[in-house]
Amino acid sequence: MANPDITAEPERHIDLYAARKDVFPKAVNGFFRRLKWQIMAVTLAVYYITPWIRWDRGPYAPDQAVLVDLANRRFYFFSIEIWPHEFYYVAGMLVMAGIGLFLITSAVGRAWCGYACPQTVWTDLFQHVERWVDGDRNAQFRLKDSPWNFTKVRKRLTKWGIWLFIAFWTGGAWIMYFADAPTLVVDFWQGEAPFVAYATVGILTAITFIFGGFMREQVCIYMCPWPRIQTAMMDEKSLMVTYKDWRGEPRGSVKKAQKQPGAFGDCVDCNQCVAVCPTGIDIREGPQIGCITCALCIDACDTVMEQVGRPRGLIDYITEEDTEREKAGEPARANWKMLLRPRTLAYFTLWASIGMAMLFVLGNRSRLDLAAQQDRSPPFVQLSNGDVRNSFTVKLRNMENRPRDVIISVSGLEGATAWSDTVPRRDGQTSFTASVPADSVGKLQLFVVAPRDGAPGEELTITARGADAAADDSKASDSESFTFERPGQ
Amino acid sequence: MAENIRTDEATGTDTVGHEWDGIEELNTPLPRWWLWTFYATVFWALVYVILYPAWPLVNSATAGVLGWSSRGDVEQQLAARQEQLAPVHEALIAADINSIPGNDELRTTAIQGGASAYKVHCVQCHGADAAGLGGYPNLNDDDWLWGGDLEAIEYTLVHGIRNPDHDETRFSQMPAFGADGLLDSAQIADTVAYVRTLSGEEQASAASQRGAELFANNCAVCHGAEGKGDRSLGAPNLTDAIALYGTDRESLTNTIYYSRNGVMPRWGQRLDAATIRMLAVYIHSLGGGEAAPVPEEAGQETENAEGAAQAETASADSESSDG
Repeated sequence: MANPDITAEPERHIDLYAARKDVFPKAVNGFFRRLKWQIMAVTLAVYYITPWIRWDRGPYAPDQAVLVDLANRRFYFFSIEIWPHEFYYVAGMLVMAGIGLFLITSAVGRAWCGYACPQTVWTDLFQHVERWVDGDRNAQFRLKDSPWNFTKVRKRLTKWGIWLFIAFWTGGAWIMYFADAPTLVVDFWQGEAPFVAYATVGILTAITFIFGGFMREQVCIYMCPWPRIQTAMMDEKSLMVTYKDWRGEPRGSVKKAQKQPGAFGDCVDCNQCVAVCPTGIDIREGPQIGCITCALCIDACDTVMEQVGRPRGLIDYITEEDTEREKAGEPARANWKMLLRPRTLAYFTLWASIGMAMLFVLGNRSRLDLAAQQDRSPPFVQLSNGDVRNSFTVKLRNMENRPRDVIISVSGLEGATAWSDTVPRRDGQTSFTASVPADSVGKLQLFVVAPRDGAPGEELTITARGADAAADDSKASDSESFTFERPGQ
Repeated sequence: MAENIRTDEATGTDTVGHEWDGIEELNTPLPRWWLWTFYATVFWALVYVILYPAWPLVNSATAGVLGWSSRGDVEQQLAARQEQLAPVHEALIAADINSIPGNDELRTTAIQGGASAYKVHCVQCHGADAAGLGGYPNLNDDDWLWGGDLEAIEYTLVHGIRNPDHDETRFSQMPAFGADGLLDSAQIADTVAYVRTLSGEEQASAASQRGAELFANNCAVCHGAEGKGDRSLGAPNLTDAIALYGTDRESLTNTIYYSRNGVMPRWGQRLDAATIRMLAVYIHSLGGGEAAPVPEEAGQETENAEGAAQAETASADSESSDG
């Protein structure tokens, strides 16, 4: 490395901290812009409408289709009801979401960033509002530099007002997922909602307002870890937005190109790809972390190419592999062929297998669950007639929306009798009935008494079965086995 | 170091001057919002230090202008909890103790409250599992010297066992037959042999036959002619499989020679009525609690076989032996 004479160097001063460079993307039309519109409409609609869908579950459960009921520790998703101990379904969904992202990213690159990420969707929405109030890119720059006169104040207040309105409804919709939506709205406006509701709305409103209105691309570039992880999932066959420099360079305006035919590439250096970019980057500098592959530059460039009568696709979705092929002069291949390759098929198979397995388990799960625990202190109790008693703490989860009578029975232990703290003790019985309210957990103490002499390690089985269920219905029954504890064994 | 600063050609940015195996770092400025966020956290830290206890001093710390302390916080929470529980505690005291197990809310409160009170006041003698140990009764089993229904347990808790200067305390006293010279060693050995035949641990022998006569003369007054004990006197049943001080020869000899006098405090002096009630219900729920004595006809109606079970228990053959 060179060791320059510092006295000869010009004074260089770099500030430690840099102010943000304003990004006022220009409006654009085209295929990908329309796609973004559609995806924005669908994602926002799903987010805002979902809590209002009703789902009749009878008198013992809420009628909201999608509800995260933290207070009662239930998760309702249409006809599926998830209890805390069944949380592995949610874990499974998260694993599927993770593998789904691997699949999408390896196939079509940073599609999540460009189209579906909430930061992208809300920023896009806020930028449309900005354009609607302040005018397009150039007008926005002018307004920013203009002194604070009446027009500027009016426009700023209008813009921020609309942003705040959107932000408020964004935060407001979030809490609807955690309580009965119609009731909560009424309570909210009457000032009777829980404090946490107001706090959540306040925080989410502030975050949406600041992130969507002011932070924008800085969230993607500085705060979000996802771009860093995402690049690890991409390979030379993943789609990226690429400026075909071998076709575009050297750049030259249409006039220059007419004067010197053959001296310039297709890029007319109109800067439209930079003007429309929501993260303010220049895609012609190559792949970079600021690129969220939203493809608005493709729309802008294609429009210009059509105007100057040159072929479209100077900026295009293309894989790194095809980049090399095209540089070598070979024809481009259809992008869809890249989707079907071992890596994406493997991801898809894994993703689909987990989904199928979860559906299978979901369809066969029992709605009556017995969770028994053998009391360990003391492990056994000697009774006055010489018998030995073991005690069990039994939890019965009735996961159906109706009260049920459950038969608890003990089997497999020679000469055993069983009773509970909630039913009177009777000699000789091995089973009794306990009633469990709808959608709740019943807890009882189970005492099992057996003669002191028995085979070492003798096992007993505790079975819980719905009183109205057929004897062989495995979905309506559950059992657990334990070793009976005796002194000296 | 600083002299290695150079301008990177590709980006036009200066390097910071460090180099690691040919890899250099660009001197890219941090975004300014980051700086302001940093200032905001500094400001918040200052505010926090002023409002809350923060600076450590020699023996304490600054109090903070809000006057908050973790101890005060706990006291407030405890007071709030106490206030919240007050109605339930009053209901517990007001209720007939025998009705508590049938009342879901009261029973749950009593068992939970009793379990925590037990951990504070009772584990020292009866053990964490309430199984007792040599001289401290097992509260899980079905052998009760003074009765194991709710009322009897509550009475024992309130008045204790063998408290001097208290008339209502449970009090039983076995003579120290050896120490006081009532029986000689051979006679005690014979009595031990007989008592062990009562619980089936020893076969009848010449010694035990001699002991039977001694038992009838000295012991039957309290333990009954058949050795089945007497609850009104707190005299243990000698025919069952449970013995507070052990049924081996040595233990029995010691018991008869010196006699035994376990003491339990009068919890009525130390704990409030609600806590005692909760303890009684909790101990009763451990599995050895007996049903309240019920009138003859009512007992048949409720199919409560407790009485029958008790009778069977007493006459059941017992072949167990404590090691």
